[in-house]
Amino acid sequence: MGIFQMTKTVLRNLAGGPVTRQYPAVPARTCPLTRGHVTIDPATCRSCGLCSRRCPCEAIRIEKEEKVWEIDRMRCIACGDCVEGCPFGSLTMEQEYLPPVVEHVVERHTITYVKPEKPEKKPKEESAGESA
Amino acid sequence: MPERIVVPFGPQHPVLPEPIHVDLVLEDEKVVEAIPSIGYIHRGLEQLVQKREYTEYVYVAERICGICSFMHALCYSQGVEQIMGIEVPDRAKYLRTIWSECSRLHSHLLWLGLFADGMGFENLFMRSWQLRESVLDVLEDTTGGRVIQGTCKVGGVRRDIGQEKLDEMHHTLDPFEQQCRDLGDVFLNDETVKYRLQGLGVIGKDEAYALGAVGPTARGSGVPVDIRETGYAAYGDLGFKPVVETAGDCYARCAVRVKEVYASIDLIRRAIDGMPEGPLDVKVKGTPDGEYFSRVEQPRGEVIHYLRGDGTKHLARARIRTPTLANIPMLVKMLPGAQLADVPVVVLSIDPCISCTER
Repeated sequence: MGIFQMTKTVLRNLAGGPVTRQYPAVPARTCPLTRGHVTIDPATCRSCGLCSRRCPCEAIRIEKEEKVWEIDRMRCIACGDCVEGCPFGSLTMEQEYLPPVVEHVVERHTITYVKPEKPEKKPKEESAGESA
Repeated sequence: MPERIVVPFGPQHPVLPEPIHVDLVLEDEKVVEAIPSIGYIHRGLEQLVQKREYTEYVYVAERICGICSFMHALCYSQGVEQIMGIEVPDRAKYLRTIWSECSRLHSHLLWLGLFADGMGFENLFMRSWQLRESVLDVLEDTTGGRVIQGTCKVGGVRRDIGQEKLDEMHHTLDPFEQQCRDLGDVFLNDETVKYRLQGLGVIGKDEAYALGAVGPTARGSGVPVDIRETGYAAYGDLGFKPVVETAGDCYARCAVRVKEVYASIDLIRRAIDGMPEGPLDVKVKGTPDGEYFSRVEQPRGEVIHYLRGDGTKHLARARIRTPTLANIPMLVKMLPGAQLADVPVVVLSIDPCISCTER
């Protein structure tokens, strides 16, 4: 009761120093699960197109013939659904937040995955998996 | 008889985090009538349900509101699960409960801060937001997002919380509760706060019921409505009792939220203790065909998602009734009789969330 309920906290705060992080000097807090931005490893991507179909905001576009994987950072909401759905582990979620973008700039990656030479066994199955 | 003048309040006002406009009809300094108008940030998210697959729409539902985001995703997912007859695993239900209560904690602490700022108690505002930050850190550690969690999906949850992290959360709950009690003590017992809030914006039990109020606004007037009592997610197992105050003024609405902070901490503790082992999700097959009214208790009150599927992968209709829309009639009845200087406090006392209201 009374008007000095806050005094204890005020005194503690006076002695305790600042609570906020001094951001540019001290790096921002991240944790292993932080959803920063999506990156692709073009060497393992097999152009299956699952990421582009799962994307809820149509940020990812893939062109199989030209072997191009594109992402629009302004559309991407970093939900991580593409990373979960990638059957080849080509996509990863990095912890760093990218600087804000003010216009639709498409980030292009050329897919460098080369199908290994394996002519004798099950050539059909492999090509079916690729187009899935 | 004094002359009547009309003073516009909002849509841009220092105490309002989001745009709502109220025309105040004044006689001298006293409000005699309040005419609200909304419609400044409509984004058409209900219509999007026809363009996104029903599993993808969870991400849209989550972005309806930046504070009760997890509850919107939960409400939508529960609706689709009911239409499709999916039984969610127990562990997923408990995890959903933990994240819901964490969202409620950070929402209430945010509101307490804004409310303190509205009545001019800056120090208390900073202190509330300092506590809120520790809840956001827990949310980021367990889900990867501070305010947009992205962990709820149709059929379960996308992430698990490991036993180590659960134990750590359990250990930090006790000191955190003590800090919250120190903070709540100021809101509940400080003379200046009481002097500012008691007897302001009074609405009785019958009137609140007749106006269809929901959430802490209704519970502050003594109407014991809380959708958590219906036992969705794991609330049925945890034994939940709503917090009710009877005075019906701004102080009572504030007290309900302070006590709900304690109740949420207790619910998280019990959910961690009773956490069952098991899978996180079930495989979702087929498309929703049917309709369902899904109800979830958000920090501001009851939210309703009406969903109708027609057997395709896109839902045919989604309709969302948010708690703020149900509480605006209360606000219109609260304002007449208040002084102009008290209007910000009264408006904040219903915890208006306009981006929810306008979708």
